[in-house]
Amino acid sequence: MQEIWVVAETYQGRLAPVTLELVGKARTLASGAGGKVTAVLLGSRVTELASELIACGADTVLVADHPELALYRTLPYARVLTDLIEARHPDVVLFGATSQGRDLAPRLAARLRTGLTADCLDLSFDKDGLLVQTKPSYGDNVMVDIVIPRHRPQMATVRPHVFPAPEKDAGREGRVEVVPVHLEQADLVARVREVIAEVEEASKLEEADVVVAGGRGMGSKENFNLLYQLARALGGVVGATRPPVDEGWIDAAYQIGQSGKTIAPKLYIACGISGAVQHTVGMEKAKVVVAINKDPSAPIFNLATYGIVGDVREVIPALIAALGAHK
Amino acid sequence: MDFRLSEELELWRKTVREFTEKEVAPYDAEMDRANDLPWDIVRKMSESGFFGVPFPEEYGGAGMGSLAAVITIEELARGSASVALTLDAHWLATDPIFMFGTEEQKKKYLPDLVSGKKLAAFALTEPVAGSDAAGIMSTAVRDGDYWILNGTKAFITNGGAAETYVIAVKTDKTKGARGISTFIVEKGTPGFSIGKKEDKMGCRGSVTTELILDNCRVPAENMLGKEGEGFKVAMVALDFGRVCVGAMGVGCATAAMEAAGRYANQRQAFGGPLAKLQAVQFKIADMAMGIEAARLLTYRAAWLRDAGQRYTTEAAMAKVFGAEVAMSTCKDAIQIFGGYGYTRDYPVERYLRDAKLLEIGEGASEVLRMVIGMNTLKELA
Amino acid sequence: MHIVVCIKQVPATLDVRVDPVTHNLIREGTESVINSFDENALEEALRLREKFGGTVSVISMGPPQVREALRKALAMGADAAYLLCDRALGGADTLATAYTLAQGIRRLAPFDLILCGRHAVDADTGQVGPELAERLNLPQVTMVKKLECDGKTIVAWRECEEGTAVWELPLPAVVTVDSKINTPRYPSPIGIVRSAKKPLTVWTAKDLDVDEDQIGLKGSPTRVLRLFSPQRTSHVEILPGEPEEATRALVAKLREQKVL
Repeated sequence: MQEIWVVAETYQGRLAPVTLELVGKARTLASGAGGKVTAVLLGSRVTELASELIACGADTVLVADHPELALYRTLPYARVLTDLIEARHPDVVLFGATSQGRDLAPRLAARLRTGLTADCLDLSFDKDGLLVQTKPSYGDNVMVDIVIPRHRPQMATVRPHVFPAPEKDAGREGRVEVVPVHLEQADLVARVREVIAEVEEASKLEEADVVVAGGRGMGSKENFNLLYQLARALGGVVGATRPPVDEGWIDAAYQIGQSGKTIAPKLYIACGISGAVQHTVGMEKAKVVVAINKDPSAPIFNLATYGIVGDVREVIPALIAALGAHK
Repeated sequence: MDFRLSEELELWRKTVREFTEKEVAPYDAEMDRANDLPWDIVRKMSESGFFGVPFPEEYGGAGMGSLAAVITIEELARGSASVALTLDAHWLATDPIFMFGTEEQKKKYLPDLVSGKKLAAFALTEPVAGSDAAGIMSTAVRDGDYWILNGTKAFITNGGAAETYVIAVKTDKTKGARGISTFIVEKGTPGFSIGKKEDKMGCRGSVTTELILDNCRVPAENMLGKEGEGFKVAMVALDFGRVCVGAMGVGCATAAMEAAGRYANQRQAFGGPLAKLQAVQFKIADMAMGIEAARLLTYRAAWLRDAGQRYTTEAAMAKVFGAEVAMSTCKDAIQIFGGYGYTRDYPVERYLRDAKLLEIGEGASEVLRMVIGMNTLKELA
Repeated sequence: MHIVVCIKQVPATLDVRVDPVTHNLIREGTESVINSFDENALEEALRLREKFGGTVSVISMGPPQVREALRKALAMGADAAYLLCDRALGGADTLATAYTLAQGIRRLAPFDLILCGRHAVDADTGQVGPELAERLNLPQVTMVKKLECDGKTIVAWRECEEGTAVWELPLPAVVTVDSKINTPRYPSPIGIVRSAKKPLTVWTAKDLDVDEDQIGLKGSPTRVLRLFSPQRTSHVEILPGEPEEATRALVAKLREQKVL
């Protein structure tokens, strides 16, 4: 019987959306293979979050609650998870591909001398019960299917918004087990001085239904005003690709892409964005994509639902006017 | 004979290419519109050691030689003819200071010029004398420990932007070329002012101005080279300048060919991409052949210079040929783009406007054909 | 200070496809470059050396052509380069790579800091840095966008979901950096000239004293089942006409789709 673990992440007292998505996916995988789902919840004063994990599909929630785990640090979290994994031998351990997951999962994989596949876009069991991990490579130009035949656990990290948020069933039954936490002095050498909350606007980027994003084709910082106007007209948030950030037209917190945020809004309007993979990996899950670019051969049009070939300086004002006209 | 570049030169060529693609090419259209020198780019080039490529370590350079310098110009020109021209004109003045300067002059002027902290400009041409260089009318008259300079210079690249000027004037009006001497004049010297800035057809990211000398007092120790040696100084400087202009032609033509080739591969007409049509293929073929030949001419001229051999004829060939290849390539590139090539939305019309200068400045093609013809006939006599 | 920088050579362009018949990678062009995030790591190392003095060593595992990347690193200013090159090391996944690099880095001890890029733009895993830290039993901090060092401890600003987390760790440590941390310098001409005289040492598996079960294909728990090109068909509807016309049509369609 497959035992699938999901390492839960919390921020400011709430479970990360990607954790819930992974518990949901684990539940689907487990149901298909006759397996169990265990969520591992690390933190301080987080026990009450266990019920939400159960509602999303966890059969068991292991809770490691300790003041030294309040803020994420590599070594204490790695110690706790190593102890649990070596004692209980799960088949699969899943992490969100977040700043925490990307830091923690490989440390753990090396400690356990096992395999890890990062940024998976799909997970499934093959006929032999082996976890098949599908991940992109070379930007997103190549897909790779990876397996870990002989080492355990099979580990994977998954980006947010890859799997859907599960239906919550408050009536679901599950078991909560509080586990002891043993930390060594050597685990505590790092100190988190502070966590600086980012610009509030930028934090809305990931939850926004409408995102208006600008690329190098916007031409200048001044032209970004057009994006703010359009976003206002649509009730959306402004984002950007890397070149505008590098040019200083907008803060790095608004960057969408491989080294930025991953988003999946209902409507994504790409203005003056060429569509290089480093950016598109951050937004390709958007439901409707509108691309505005004066180059008809720009790759962004391959991803778009609707496209307008034209100068953003003319099209965006026209779009704002068209939106006003319909009201 | 090994046609390969050394590992060192390959690494440098790659570096300049990367720099050009990231820091230069994206701004060429803007500097053309603004008609202004991109100081930001000049500063970055200085910080990355571009200005010192051919000069010895002793003065802060890299001692990489003439071929490295030519490659620098070629790769920069592929992104912006204006930026390449700025560097070429700077070397046109810095080189003579290195070759003819006294120890004091070299110590005083070279460090800032080799590092690119300050720009230099070379001034020979006048409103009344271009190709007929020996006919310049600016004068210098001795007055104790000074020389008093009077006259006007025209079409001086880096005029106004440069701090250090190498200016050719007549110290003996009775003689022709032998009456010319060169002086190092610093910006801000009383009696030395920057005149009109030209509104040029192309290379508009490079600044070209008149210079005005009005009873400008220059210390005697600022004479560069011996009295009456000025024409020789100018000719030696122009020899290498011409190789660089040839390299500018190679870079400019390459940019035009690449743009036209990309377009030809995408644009559909008569049931397929333009690239399938022979007329287009033949144009691209002529471009490729011309660029290949022009490039080799510049490399050989640079090689001869580094080998310490005479290379005046080869330098003239490199410039004439490179300029003409650039002109025909840009013209054909516009043709391949059709209507779009005639608009400012596409770079090829700018490339053509930039390329025209190469047939004129630092030795008009007609003058250079005289040089090549006369030298060749001498050998055939 | 002795700083070790791990670099990887990657293709210059990510324009690759999978041959539908052989399932092998078809790479457009053969130019290779230093992974951009590793250049950020090297730049940070050079800045630290400017502040504290000392040496910067670069190390890489790969085939002989990686020499080119190491040469560039030396031209940028690194003092010495090491290439771990051996057929037996080939086919390694991140675990085997981290083990091999760790064995190489042990030979460079003592060191104060190990810098890596946050991930390689081709494989895109971001795993080698932390795995290396684990093999060397060193504290780690990843995806750092700003670094301060006083010679004994580092303060690192790293991006996290809530914003920026500021960590403090003692040296020696492993740090992986994000591109936001700096802009890498171009190799200067004099740097290129001098790089020819700097040492570039090649080590084979024997030189590294490695356990052959932990290197190369043998030491790799993960296996690639297959490669394939993602199915991507463009279904874009281009709205024609002048901006007024096109945007009116767009708004109509978006309202129809209930997106607005």
